[in-house]
Amino acid sequence: MAELRLARRSSSLPLTGLMGVVLLVFVFVASASRDVVSENNKTWRDPAGETRGDSHHQTNSTAHKKAFPVLSFNYEHVKKPFEISLWILLALLMKLGFHIIPGVQNIVPESCLLIGVGLLVGGIIKAIGGEAPVLDTKLFFLYLLPPIILDAGYFLPIRPFTENMGTILVFAVVGTLWNTFFIGGMIFAVCRLEGGQLAGVDPLSCLLFGTIVSAVDPVAVLAVFEEIHINELLHILVFGESLLNDAVTVVLYHLFEEFTHEGTVTVVDAVLGVVCFFVVSLGGILVGAIYGVLGAFTSRFTSHTRVIEPLFVFLYSYMAYLSAEVFHLSGIMSLIACGVVMRPYVEANVSHKSYTTIKYFLKMWSSVSETLIFIFLGVSTVAGPHAWNWTFVIVTVVLCLVSRVLGVIGLTYIINKFRIVKLTKKDQFIVAYGGLRGAIAFSLGFLLTNSKMKNMFLTAIITVIFFTVIVQGMTIRPLVELLAVKKKKESKRSINEEIHTQFLDHLLTGIEDICGHYGHHHWKDKLNRFNKAYVKKWLIAGERSTEPQLISFYNKMEMKQAMMLVESGSAAKLPTIVSSVSMQNIQPRGPARHRAIPSISKSREQEIRKILRANLQKTRQRLRSYSRHDLMIDPFEDNVSEVRFRRQRVEMERRMSHYLTVPANRQETPPVRKVCFESEHKVYTYDDSKSPLGRTAEPDPSPPDAVSLLNESSQRANQSSEHRAKRNDELRAKVPDEKEEQDQLKLSRCLSDPGPNKEEDLS
Amino acid sequence: MGASQTRTEKYQDLADKTGFSLEQIENLHKRFQRLSDNEETIRNQHPKEVGSCEEIGFEQFLMVMSHFRPPSLKTTEEEKEAMRKEKLRFLFNMHDTGNDGTITLVEYRKVVEELLSKSGDIEQETVKAMADAAMLEVASTNVPHMAPDEFYEGITFEHFEQILKGLEMETKMYIRFLDVETPTLSCGNSTS
Repeated sequence: MAELRLARRSSSLPLTGLMGVVLLVFVFVASASRDVVSENNKTWRDPAGETRGDSHHQTNSTAHKKAFPVLSFNYEHVKKPFEISLWILLALLMKLGFHIIPGVQNIVPESCLLIGVGLLVGGIIKAIGGEAPVLDTKLFFLYLLPPIILDAGYFLPIRPFTENMGTILVFAVVGTLWNTFFIGGMIFAVCRLEGGQLAGVDPLSCLLFGTIVSAVDPVAVLAVFEEIHINELLHILVFGESLLNDAVTVVLYHLFEEFTHEGTVTVVDAVLGVVCFFVVSLGGILVGAIYGVLGAFTSRFTSHTRVIEPLFVFLYSYMAYLSAEVFHLSGIMSLIACGVVMRPYVEANVSHKSYTTIKYFLKMWSSVSETLIFIFLGVSTVAGPHAWNWTFVIVTVVLCLVSRVLGVIGLTYIINKFRIVKLTKKDQFIVAYGGLRGAIAFSLGFLLTNSKMKNMFLTAIITVIFFTVIVQGMTIRPLVELLAVKKKKESKRSINEEIHTQFLDHLLTGIEDICGHYGHHHWKDKLNRFNKAYVKKWLIAGERSTEPQLISFYNKMEMKQAMMLVESGSAAKLPTIVSSVSMQNIQPRGPARHRAIPSISKSREQEIRKILRANLQKTRQRLRSYSRHDLMIDPFEDNVSEVRFRRQRVEMERRMSHYLTVPANRQETPPVRKVCFESEHKVYTYDDSKSPLGRTAEPDPSPPDAVSLLNESSQRANQSSEHRAKRNDELRAKVPDEKEEQDQLKLSRCLSDPGPNKEEDLS
Repeated sequence: MGASQTRTEKYQDLADKTGFSLEQIENLHKRFQRLSDNEETIRNQHPKEVGSCEEIGFEQFLMVMSHFRPPSLKTTEEEKEAMRKEKLRFLFNMHDTGNDGTITLVEYRKVVEELLSKSGDIEQETVKAMADAAMLEVASTNVPHMAPDEFYEGITFEHFEQILKGLEMETKMYIRFLDVETPTLSCGNSTS
């Protein structure tokens, strides 16, 4: 029924959605063109104001007295925030629309749709004649890019990243260099050959162009790869490369720009360029790490002001980015380093709510930024001055593809010699195909100062971006399906996997030690030790600084399960319990275990005996009056309610213990109670071979025969202590599980019900 | 001449059995010599431990090491499966100190305890709780419907395989065996 309603809604929704969108677009466009109108308004209002003022000055009562404006219109006042908000609202409504309209999602990735919308809006604005906002470089680099990078860096999966660090670095550095020089060189050659309009292009400009257009863009990669759920290795390879090539891009860009101004290049300059690369990348990482440590340290003291905790994370990271940009270091790498360094300590320190806040704010901001970037890209395309040159553009696009493919194949050949888990041809294809260009290239192109070539370059850059994002973005999903590339593993981490991952770490470190070389695991182990010994003490508040990772994982998991239990309401509404296995299935029961019984202290033993005696004598008296044949009937009838009550509780506790494996109540073992008689004459001997009284009765009695007897006898003993049992049941449910496991089970075996509560009474 | 020839023959034999290359075996042999003070066998420092033997020779040393070889580009899917099984078998045998084919709760508890032993004072309760949770998970994944009376004996090898399927052991459990000798750690016979 709900589906039907939904279907009906969804069919009418696109229509209403479309209308709403069109309306909004018009409102927005109208506001954009209001610049023109508002000017008139201002000039208009001023003379009116002046006359009013004059008239007031002259006399109290004037001839033309203007009525007090009840409702006035002043748009200038709020113009800027209004427009910004309107833009963001438009972007988000677009995003919403794409998710509501069914079927669109599967064919076209969101980024393409957003670019389309941008084109549309830009076209409308241009048609009306207003001034379209362009993707201002400052706006992009200072406001739109950082949230996306921070989101990526904070949630970067560390393990696969560090495991593949070598490969990623080779792709990022060597790959980008190769791309730059190949594209730059070939373009220059083509321009020379072509002549005409292109003849004036000098080699350095070509290389600069090559730099801009060859860098893989993290925003585009994120946007497209997010939707195809590819396996972790490939995702981290392409994504890591897009992040780390920023350093190379920054260095090359500034280098070539300097050179174009200078005009000549010397060897010294080239060497300085290489040095600059190391300074930029390592400096960026250092700046990020410092801010990260500061952030972690600050979060240690925020236990009393939980509300502002997320702000610290955001602000320290943003400062890291800005500080790096001040020195022309790589801002992206700084941001990534800050997030990575800060995260483990901050997460140990902040409250759960703050953690959720941080997560959601980062996701929210990065989502908005991404949407805005793509829309602006579309708008700027329509707006910007273009110089279309068929040869140039087509050659650029072709060269980008070719150089990417060649680069990946060549590098993989070299890398595979050093990798243990080699990259297959399928992997190589995805890595090559996933090299998307995006808004960073566009913004860098915008920064170009040489206006002669600028328009031509910009046009080519935009074409490449459109080609990679639209064509490659749309076709990568079917290709992934076609090539049957491994998808991301959906299941959550289980505790067994965590235990074994840690176990493997230790094991492999040990084996490396045996073989005697400093391998990957050796260094990782050293880093962990250093971390635990020194760093954690400083950066994590309180006791959690000594908590090993396995335990924090376990606690997190328990909390999640507990919350799930709470959210699902009462036990009756628990979601499908997949298995009915519970604690009692694992806990080995009496006969299966042959454990040595530890000795109890003498006084305790005495008291236990006293109680047993008291209890048993009562029942013995009762028992005498029964004949064996009556046993079967009475106990059951009398105890039916109690049994039912107990069974319900068992059920409930089993369900609870399924979710909360903190041993709720170890008492649940005996539905079959191990109370047995030897004979009526031996008072004390509620015995099986494992009683604390030390008297071995029949050694491992014939249990199958005795079972029914045992059952009956337990029922019988129940009667007398029924009243007591009920009270004790309630008590027991609240008894925390502090006692020795042994004592509990033993006593519960020997006494039908009152288990630890006996000890409670005693102690 | 004769001695070196028999040695290469022996190495070839070992290479066939374990899959190492001749250079790697050479390297490992040198390491073995260092660990055993140039004797034939390495003696066990803690001979009385459960499941350990007195001493091991070079061949046994190699056999153990061969469990840690990585898959190569040419390994087929079946070979990868076989490799994974072999590695999981190794891990399973490590846990199963009682040698009865199952990992009981006690044995698993010991594993978790050892894992956390270096991290200062861990409460026994936490260790127990964690081991119980892990065991519960294995049981519920593999034998979803157990009556309250049934008792889950222990993790069998099939269950173990099932539960660690997601980790893809053949890509994780390996170390890099070198072909050339590098300056090695001078740990020698040091105990941890």
